[in-house]
Amino acid sequence: MFESLQLFLAQWVPDSIATVLVILVQAAMVIVPLMLAVAYLTYAERKVIGYMQIRLGPNRVGPGGWLQPIADALKLLMKEVIIPSKSNVYLFVIAPVLAIAPAIAVWAVVPFADGVVVADINAGLLYILAISSIGVYGVVVAGWASNSKYAFLGALRSSAQKVSYEIAMGFALVTVIMTAGSMNLTEIVNGQQGGMLSWYWIPLLPMFVVYFIAGVAETNRAPFDVAEGESEIVAGFHVDYSGMTFAVFFLAEYAMMILISFLTAIMFMGGWLSPFEGIPGLETLFSFVPAFVWIALKVSFLLFVFLWFRATFPRYRYDQIMRLGWKIFIPLTILWVFVVGVMAYFKVAPWFVNGGVA
Amino acid sequence: MIAALKRQLKTWTLWELFQGLAITGKYLFKSKITVLYPEEKTPMSPRFRGKHALRRYANGEERCIACKLCEAVCPANAITIESEARDDGSRRTTVYDIDLFKCIYCGFCEEACPVDAIVETRVYEYAFEPGEIHVMNKDMLLAHGDKMEAQIAADRAADAKYR
Amino acid sequence: MGVEKFLFYVFVLIAVFASLGVIGSRNPVRSALFLVLAFVATAGVWLLLQAEFLGIVLILVYVGAVMVLFLFVIMMLDINLTPLKEGFARYLPIGIVVALVVLAEMAMVLNPTFFGLQNFPSPVALAVTDSNTKMLGQLLFTEYLFAFELAAVLLLLSIVAAIVLTLRRRHQSEALYQDVGVQVRVQASDRLTMVKMAPTVKANAPEQGAE
Repeated sequence: MFESLQLFLAQWVPDSIATVLVILVQAAMVIVPLMLAVAYLTYAERKVIGYMQIRLGPNRVGPGGWLQPIADALKLLMKEVIIPSKSNVYLFVIAPVLAIAPAIAVWAVVPFADGVVVADINAGLLYILAISSIGVYGVVVAGWASNSKYAFLGALRSSAQKVSYEIAMGFALVTVIMTAGSMNLTEIVNGQQGGMLSWYWIPLLPMFVVYFIAGVAETNRAPFDVAEGESEIVAGFHVDYSGMTFAVFFLAEYAMMILISFLTAIMFMGGWLSPFEGIPGLETLFSFVPAFVWIALKVSFLLFVFLWFRATFPRYRYDQIMRLGWKIFIPLTILWVFVVGVMAYFKVAPWFVNGGVA
Repeated sequence: MIAALKRQLKTWTLWELFQGLAITGKYLFKSKITVLYPEEKTPMSPRFRGKHALRRYANGEERCIACKLCEAVCPANAITIESEARDDGSRRTTVYDIDLFKCIYCGFCEEACPVDAIVETRVYEYAFEPGEIHVMNKDMLLAHGDKMEAQIAADRAADAKYR
Repeated sequence: MGVEKFLFYVFVLIAVFASLGVIGSRNPVRSALFLVLAFVATAGVWLLLQAEFLGIVLILVYVGAVMVLFLFVIMMLDINLTPLKEGFARYLPIGIVVALVVLAEMAMVLNPTFFGLQNFPSPVALAVTDSNTKMLGQLLFTEYLFAFELAAVLLLLSIVAAIVLTLRRRHQSEALYQDVGVQVRVQASDRLTMVKMAPTVKANAPEQGAE
């Protein structure tokens, strides 16, 4: 499809420009649905948390409240962007960009189905880890440039927390790489073929849990949302942000949430593979379901769990967060690297047969 | 020993976290308590204290005798009364103003009134904006009373046995 | 000019601009952020050299972790730069001399005799399927295993040393020392006992003349 588009464009413009145009089209095809997903994730969040608190949630704007996110976005667009007079104006303005750019750039290597990916690179997982680690700059720079104590405290909390949990996250990814024998996300998914029981969540169950919890911490979501902590430090790093600048931080946070859910689904829950593969009756019964639907279902479930966590757990104390990251998760992940090594050596079926460390 | 083992098991299976999730998960499916206000309204007591009204007797004569007990008892000084002898010699109010910004809806005026003239009705859906007239004068109070008389009388009757 | 060359010049120009920013900024936080930009631009150059693993790891380690902690410290220090820059004009001549000496040294070592293109044939272009990571890993764990393990031990040593240097025992005072592990392990049953009680208790008849 994109080849024909490129050929079509090359009739009018030079080849290199045609390539750039095709890449832009591809980027737009990822970003626009992503932004829509973010908008409706905020709606889902308010609805789910409302329902868990026996309320109804937003239900006035449009039928059943479906237009609420649009109204919110319009409101934020209209609002004035206030720049504090004592702030570092340049950094203050650039901070939201630093937050959103990595949150969008990582999507380049995320596959939505077999072969449906903007850039199918070998070191995909590594790329995701590297780019998402840049995201912390948005928060840090925002906190510092605001020239406010609360914002600064939020930035410090957030940066220390993100750097700590990235280590546990990295080790959890190492076990996935060891199991799949590849850093390419498409190959990781294809290594899990064979139904629900050959997905990696079984041999890597502790890593599945660690990765997801570290992901919650990484995105500064409840119960790890001390960087915002409205009851402690007002709103943390984005106290001084208003209107669209605030909305951009918001977008970045939710885009990262969706990304973490996507990665968890891809690495531990078989990505776009059907859970009924290999089960005689059900496999044919559900064979009409397109691959994209499966991954969408898995991601939606994980996002629901994100919201479920928020509705359930009270906020951690900061030193407890650090203890969990450094003293529980990191030793556990290192231990599991060895366990996976042993399992890979003995080629435990069915997980270490398809891929596995060569 | 067994207890310690049980504890470790509980820790590593995240038992208590799952318990918490189960509770919120259960509430997700409970019927919701939200009242969709303009369409639905909560049940209301006959004793509800809302917008004020002045009542009349069945023959159309206004009840208020300008005794000023309500004015005296009002803790917010929201009531202003001036009185004069009417042509037939009875004492009647010429001015009866209630400042609804000052009023705290305590219902003392109603309690103090010897002739059940000033009452608080169950009407609560009214609002003023700054600059609008927020003082109810005698005509407005009487008009409101005339409009709501059926409900006012029913409410007093329902509450009578507790007084 | 091909796309690759164009990208190379873009990245290099950004790197040079950012490096100048590092030493030229008045604000230390800005300097640190310029350093981050320089790292990112360098990583871009490495990516163009088909060293995607190194490029990504540069971002992951330096940009994602080291510089964040660096920034962390700089932000809290609140350095006042004016006294640091006082002797700038006075030491400028010496500084220029030192810079020239360094430049000359570098020119002597890094000149075409040793680092010319004839000494470095352009690398064989890698196929798309070749994994940089795999090649690097195989090299590290076979040919350079000893050096690699040595570096690992050295890093471990520095970790242990850093922890030993900063570890303080504060058991003397119960109030100052909190054991988070103990706090977290507390369960409801440790502190809370559920007591079953009848909702109403029949009162005994008061004694006659008690009042």
